[in-house]
Amino acid sequence: MEKGRTRVDLFEYQARDLFAKHGVPVLAGEVIDTPEAAREATERLGGRSVVKAQVKVGGRGKAGGVKLAGTPDEAVARATDILGMDIKGHTVHKVMIAETAPEIAEEYYVSYLLDRTNRTFLAMASVAGGMDIEEVAATTPEKLAKVPVDANEGVSLEKAREIVAQAKFPADVAEQVAEVMVTLWKTFVAEDALLVEVNPLAKVADGRVIALDGKVSLDDNADFRQPDHEDLVDHAAANPLEAAAKAKGLNYVKLDGQVGIIGNGAGLVMSTLDVVAYAGENHGGVKPANFLDIGGGASAEVMANGLEIILGDPDVKSVFVNVFGGITACDEVAKGIVQALELLKEKGEDVTKPLVVRLDGNNAELGRKILSDANHPLVQRVDTMDGAADKAAELAAAK
Amino acid sequence: MAIFLTKDSKVIVQGMTGATGMKHTRLMLGDGTNIVGGVNPRKAGTSVDFDGRAVPVFGSVAEAMKETGADVTVVFVPPAFAKAAVVEAIDAGIGLAVVITEGIAVHDSAAFWAYAKAKGNKTRIIGPNCPGLITPGQSNAGIIPGDITKPGRIGLVSKSGTLTYQMMYELRDIGFSSCVGIGGDPVIGTTHIDALAAFEADPDTDLIVMIGEIGGDAEERAADFIKANVTKPVVGYVAGFTAPEGKTMGHAGAIVSGSSGTAQAKKEALEAAGVKVGKTPSETARLARAALSA
Repeated sequence: MEKGRTRVDLFEYQARDLFAKHGVPVLAGEVIDTPEAAREATERLGGRSVVKAQVKVGGRGKAGGVKLAGTPDEAVARATDILGMDIKGHTVHKVMIAETAPEIAEEYYVSYLLDRTNRTFLAMASVAGGMDIEEVAATTPEKLAKVPVDANEGVSLEKAREIVAQAKFPADVAEQVAEVMVTLWKTFVAEDALLVEVNPLAKVADGRVIALDGKVSLDDNADFRQPDHEDLVDHAAANPLEAAAKAKGLNYVKLDGQVGIIGNGAGLVMSTLDVVAYAGENHGGVKPANFLDIGGGASAEVMANGLEIILGDPDVKSVFVNVFGGITACDEVAKGIVQALELLKEKGEDVTKPLVVRLDGNNAELGRKILSDANHPLVQRVDTMDGAADKAAELAAAK
Repeated sequence: MAIFLTKDSKVIVQGMTGATGMKHTRLMLGDGTNIVGGVNPRKAGTSVDFDGRAVPVFGSVAEAMKETGADVTVVFVPPAFAKAAVVEAIDAGIGLAVVITEGIAVHDSAAFWAYAKAKGNKTRIIGPNCPGLITPGQSNAGIIPGDITKPGRIGLVSKSGTLTYQMMYELRDIGFSSCVGIGGDPVIGTTHIDALAAFEADPDTDLIVMIGEIGGDAEERAADFIKANVTKPVVGYVAGFTAPEGKTMGHAGAIVSGSSGTAQAKKEALEAAGVKVGKTPSETARLARAALSA
């Protein structure tokens, strides 16, 4: 979980499309979600194809998620096998029907990513591709070249040649790989990516260098200038509560515990998860049910939206609202709590989950007074973070 | 003394005429900050009245510096324009740019950081996506509430905004020399290490409280720095022990940083450097009290 930011991880076929768009050499392919569609797609590729499971997890080949099909009928059969398959907990909903690669002579690795430590971009390249790059880094670090790339200078062909030289690519492919490094950099910048990775980058029998598989992660802070990226988000994969929260602009992550959590600021909410988990150790092992950050300066409406989502989670047994008002005003938070409870009552929903509320900081006295005046039987105030966490855990355990 | 910001700092606000900029300029003035101007090319030559105090608007950071001697800028401009605003501040050669703006694209923050470096790091950047910094009783550059605590002898550096406030509140009776919110974005200007070095050198700081959270390896590197360079007592807190693992596709990031980035790894690194690390904010506050009275 990274604070205040979501990275959008793409499927292989989406990465392939972006690579193609910016001139990185890829094989032809299209994505389908029914077995029957594999027939036509394979016919369009000349009667042979590779059927590749689209899952955001490594090791799909070993799991049987990549199969060669010699005929359109065979492609339908393979797609039937693979669609619906479970690969390390990921259900396969889509497969890519890809052009069969000419015989692979060598496999390389190339990527660009952010080097947080040095606050710069980094090119990584290796002639030992096709396998887990973490393993290469751990066992044969000398085979992984890491070259800093200045964000403003970027990667010219000259810079790309420097990267290729450092990674000791063979002379016969060096120039082709350098060109890939240039087009891959274009992809990285033009798409506001946090990671672009090609593994393997293959040298095939006819001497060409082609990106056979890849990963791309996008920065959703750049959505304002990347209108096309909305289409790349995998809405199907989101938990329904997460989708509902996102629709309301809330930063919510579903977890597997029983205490619903609402707070302001990612750091404080993370800290609240910890404090509740520690308190839970004394109350039958109850845990936080979610992460929900209402952000800075939240209005009563935002608070009410958040509470509605939490109360709608059947796993939640009690709720802990933990707010330290900086920009956020505690009276707005208190109003939001009262409003949400009234709204749910009007809707005829029977709210039975107890709420523990801790308010400090900006307008805390006013907020506490609003809660006292409302005198709602389910709401209780505890004025320290640790005390409130303990109470919320105790109530969840008692349910 | 304090660090980075004192009563003598002359502060300008980029984005002062927007709603957020107006609101926080008023609050900063209320905390005693010497705000000498705002920047908005479309409103240059006008002024904005804040409860009877007219603050002039300049067309550029360079002009504002020339006219007022400003040495600090607080940036509130929206994410789409933040890179241009910070680059302008760097070009003008201002000493400190506090970037409050949340939601700046990584390619933009990486670009302005690279630019600052190329220009010889003459402009210290704090943030982006941070609450700024406050030297209680003297000056406030950002959005940290000025009424949580009072002047005192604890220095605070934190990745998280609300945890900064929580810690200031827990230790409000003791008070703080300066509190610096460095932000939790992947690319930030001022780091834990920069703030630790400044607090170590600050005669008004007796104890340093450092707040970190999961992700990256800044806390681990800060631990190495403390071991080698910091003689003052340091108390730490790391948020996110029970946070779920990020849904990342690869671990290329871990290869680069060489750390798992977990709260546990950070805690262990800090403890190995002699830092007392609290399990919760209130336990951290108790450790700080104990360290001060030791």
